[in-house]
Amino acid sequence: METTFFDSGFGQFTVILAQCLAVVVSLLLSLAFLLYMDRKVWAAVQLRRGPNVVGPFGLLQSFADFLKFVVKEVVIPAGADRAVYLLAPLISFVLASVAWAVIPFADGWVVSDLNVGILYIFAISSLGVYGVIMGGWASNSKYPFLGGLRSAAQMVSYEVSIGLIIVGVMISTGSLNLSEIVRAQDGAYGLFSWYWLPHLPMVVLFFVSALAETNRPPFDLPEAESELVAGYQVEYSSTPYLLFMIGEYMAIVMMCALITTLFFGGWLSPIPGLPDGVLWFTLKVVAFFFLFAMVKAIVPRYRYDQLMRLGWKVFLPMSLAWVVIAATLAKLDVPGYARWAVGG
Amino acid sequence: MAIAALAFYVFAAVAVASGLMVTLARNPVHSVLWLILAFFSTAGLFVLLGAEFVAMLLVIVYVGAVAVLFLFVVMMLDVDFAALKSGFVENMPFGLLIGAVLLTEIVLAVGVWQFGDAAVASRAAVSPTPDEVSNTVALGRLIYDDYLHLFQLAGMVLFVAMVGAIVLTLRKREGVKRQDVLAQMYRTREQSVELRDVKPGQGV
Repeated sequence: METTFFDSGFGQFTVILAQCLAVVVSLLLSLAFLLYMDRKVWAAVQLRRGPNVVGPFGLLQSFADFLKFVVKEVVIPAGADRAVYLLAPLISFVLASVAWAVIPFADGWVVSDLNVGILYIFAISSLGVYGVIMGGWASNSKYPFLGGLRSAAQMVSYEVSIGLIIVGVMISTGSLNLSEIVRAQDGAYGLFSWYWLPHLPMVVLFFVSALAETNRPPFDLPEAESELVAGYQVEYSSTPYLLFMIGEYMAIVMMCALITTLFFGGWLSPIPGLPDGVLWFTLKVVAFFFLFAMVKAIVPRYRYDQLMRLGWKVFLPMSLAWVVIAATLAKLDVPGYARWAVGG
Repeated sequence: MAIAALAFYVFAAVAVASGLMVTLARNPVHSVLWLILAFFSTAGLFVLLGAEFVAMLLVIVYVGAVAVLFLFVVMMLDVDFAALKSGFVENMPFGLLIGAVLLTEIVLAVGVWQFGDAAVASRAAVSPTPDEVSNTVALGRLIYDDYLHLFQLAGMVLFVAMVGAIVLTLRKREGVKRQDVLAQMYRTREQSVELRDVKPGQGV
């Protein structure tokens, strides 16, 4: 085979760069419409119309908001720690976008097919808390600081149960690679071969933990507007605020993609016979985003001590017990739990 | 390979520079943030070595959990750090002396360090070559197949330490109002709300 430009080091670098760009651009574009969808769902539940002015059916509302955010003045509080203050939204945005590098959109459609993909996502999402803490501290003001502290405790707590739930899936697959996890769910029964069936209780736990991890209602205590005004975002305006918001939504969509990949068969088609592909992945992610939006619209906010209790005294023991149960079932070779040769 | 070499120098330089900044930064919160950067670049070095599992664990455990607690504590401190650092010039000769002594000792110790033949052989025997299996699998085999009992003993030591820490700090105080979560959860509407027909001008 003759060597082309794309076999050289610089060529590969260019290809990877182009892939990253493609993922980020398509992600940001779809985020604009997901934001619109979020607001529309919310409005529909509250019997309002929601955004309906900019563009047909208000479809271009997110772009108008984007312009509005960008052209406004960046206000930095006098007592703020300027460097950290501006770094915080950047961190939140960058971390939320780099996690997408290992998500398989379809078979082979992944920027980096990392062997430890799931750990990478876990590592990146555990870093997400820094954007919030740094923003809360650097604003040098009371409400943001309280929001930052709340968020730190909350995200660290729910990460523990998310990690243990992921361990269950890893036991069933025998791999930390996200593409392998999806391939392990490929079976003769379509939708019933996916991990949601054997790992059913954990799907619910994961969904709720994902809500808490992304500071999404009903666990949006770091930014509870009725008590903390807007928590760590109070002092932010213009583009820094926009970055915080995009970062937050990207983390939410990321969590939807993670549920899809871990429990709902990623790019696999639910009905045996239909072709697999990126379309299924997108549909599943949008369906979970819809659930996130519905939860935001319907469920009232938790009290902080209840949130902590739920995380440490309910979710942690349950997910820990599930690791033991799933490991035992896999070892006993119960169908569906071990997708690898037992003893091998 | 040129890109890998470049990445190595970038990560190494950032790790050393941020390590330096941990001690030089005036603000303790900045120190912790520099420390996080140092952890992060060390994880990058692990990735370059092909030890991606260790790198991810480093990020998850140190950056994601330990450093968050550091940051949490340091942010809450209300100490005048300018006053603490005021004795810098007086204490510097003493610090330099200790540093020099430590450096000499390390150089002396590492300079004469030699591996016995048995040590090299036994290390080569247990670790599978990275070409055969991914290093996650290799680590799993080492920890859960070859050295299971040692691993579990280490876990027990940590567990005992944790129980000890809880026992040492746990104290029962009298007269503290405690929240009874179950009582809160099982509270019914009948116990807490009552509908009264209040006559005008009389009050409840």
